[in-house]
Amino acid sequence: MRVGVLAVQGAFAEMEAYWRARGAEVFEIRQTSDLGRGMDMLALPGGESTVQGKLLNDLGLFAPLKESVAGGLGVFATCAGLILLAERIDDPGGSAATRPEQWFGVLPVAVRRNAYGRQLGSFTTRGEFDGRHDVEMTFIRAPAITDVLSPEVETLSTFDGRPTSVRWRGITAFTWHPELNMHGPGVV
Amino acid sequence: MSDRQELNRNLAQMLKGGVIMDVTTPEQAKIAEAAGACAVMALERIPADIRAAGGVSRMSDPAMIKGIQAAVSIPVMAKCRIGHIAEARILEAIEIDYIDESEVLSPADDVRHIDKTKFNVPFVCGARDLGEALRRIGEGATMIRTKGEPGTGDVVQAVRHMRKMQSEIRRVASLRDDELYEAAKELAAPLDLVRFVHDNGRLPVVNFAAGGVATPADAALMMELGAEGVFVGSGIFKSGDPAKRAAAIVQAVTNWQDSRLLAQLSENLGPAMVGINADEIETIMEERGK
Repeated sequence: MRVGVLAVQGAFAEMEAYWRARGAEVFEIRQTSDLGRGMDMLALPGGESTVQGKLLNDLGLFAPLKESVAGGLGVFATCAGLILLAERIDDPGGSAATRPEQWFGVLPVAVRRNAYGRQLGSFTTRGEFDGRHDVEMTFIRAPAITDVLSPEVETLSTFDGRPTSVRWRGITAFTWHPELNMHGPGVV
Repeated sequence: MSDRQELNRNLAQMLKGGVIMDVTTPEQAKIAEAAGACAVMALERIPADIRAAGGVSRMSDPAMIKGIQAAVSIPVMAKCRIGHIAEARILEAIEIDYIDESEVLSPADDVRHIDKTKFNVPFVCGARDLGEALRRIGEGATMIRTKGEPGTGDVVQAVRHMRKMQSEIRRVASLRDDELYEAAKELAAPLDLVRFVHDNGRLPVVNFAAGGVATPADAALMMELGAEGVFVGSGIFKSGDPAKRAAAIVQAVTNWQDSRLLAQLSENLGPAMVGINADEIETIMEERGK
């Protein structure tokens, strides 16, 4: 399997290592010329969603990637990646740099950014993921999925009564970071 | 290592490939966020002005920092003086995302740094070489940056520090196992951290460049030399067109290998900060805290 990892900002090196360890052929997406290389899956890593969203637009990556994602390309997205995919952003107050209309907006969920507060609110927990027990889950200034907007969305894990990872069509998206727990069982 | 230290290292991993910008007002913070900053450093005066004003430089007013926290969704960092445990506790109390125990401010302790393992909030510290970086990590720093010479707009020290650190990492990686004890002694660094560098060929935490970065080319140079991201202090808001320059530096860090793009990004940015040559100044901040 060929995985294209969005490498404009954030923990893309960790995402690449995660997929390599699972036998995938991995390449980085930093500009439009990288898109011609063909991929079976797009991986959207953690980082800052405002930065990634802006760079996607500035570098001309947004439109072609959105077309591929809307056309059914598989996506594996963590944290900031989930925010870029979400149909709705539920930030109280919001921020000047929040322009979700420029993000993918395909995954029928609503998310709230920094839902657990600042860095002092970051945490790890263990729980069930997609029928697997005791999976380590790391939340870093994590968003929360505040609403599921389609019955087709499958919840794979929860915390505090809210979904923390979901599957919808070819998209698997997490509010936490499976790629940071390389030594764990992994999720794919 | 505690779970909290691991989480704090993880936050630095999320900042990689990004630009952390010094800001002094909520308006500047919004400009920085819109330009693509992955975090902002909230401080009352940017290093160039601290240098110009002279006198004792301290932690910023918490009210000013809170104003910036309210203005943006990206992480907000702030500086405390080297060794100033109480300033660090105050910054932790207002839930800052990262504390920079910084040589840019006047040191509160001329010998010791803060025991950062006693805090839940993460710390970034400056370093000029591998030994200094590993001493700070041993004290609990979960992110390292080069010191450079802040507020000058002269990148020469940041280059010197990054090159030195990277060449020392390569040297440690090449040693035999039984040579690591002597290496730890020479570096004046904890043995377990020297062993990590030997086994992995890198620092155990994220390593950014800082000090004197003023142009997209400066940022690309630091990435070429092994930085995982850059801090830009005075370089943005001391320049002619801060928003444009900030956005150009952000793109330069992502695509530092693409010279044609760098050429486009460097066009028509307006005047860069004037700067002063680092060998023409009297206060040498990089000498603070070893």
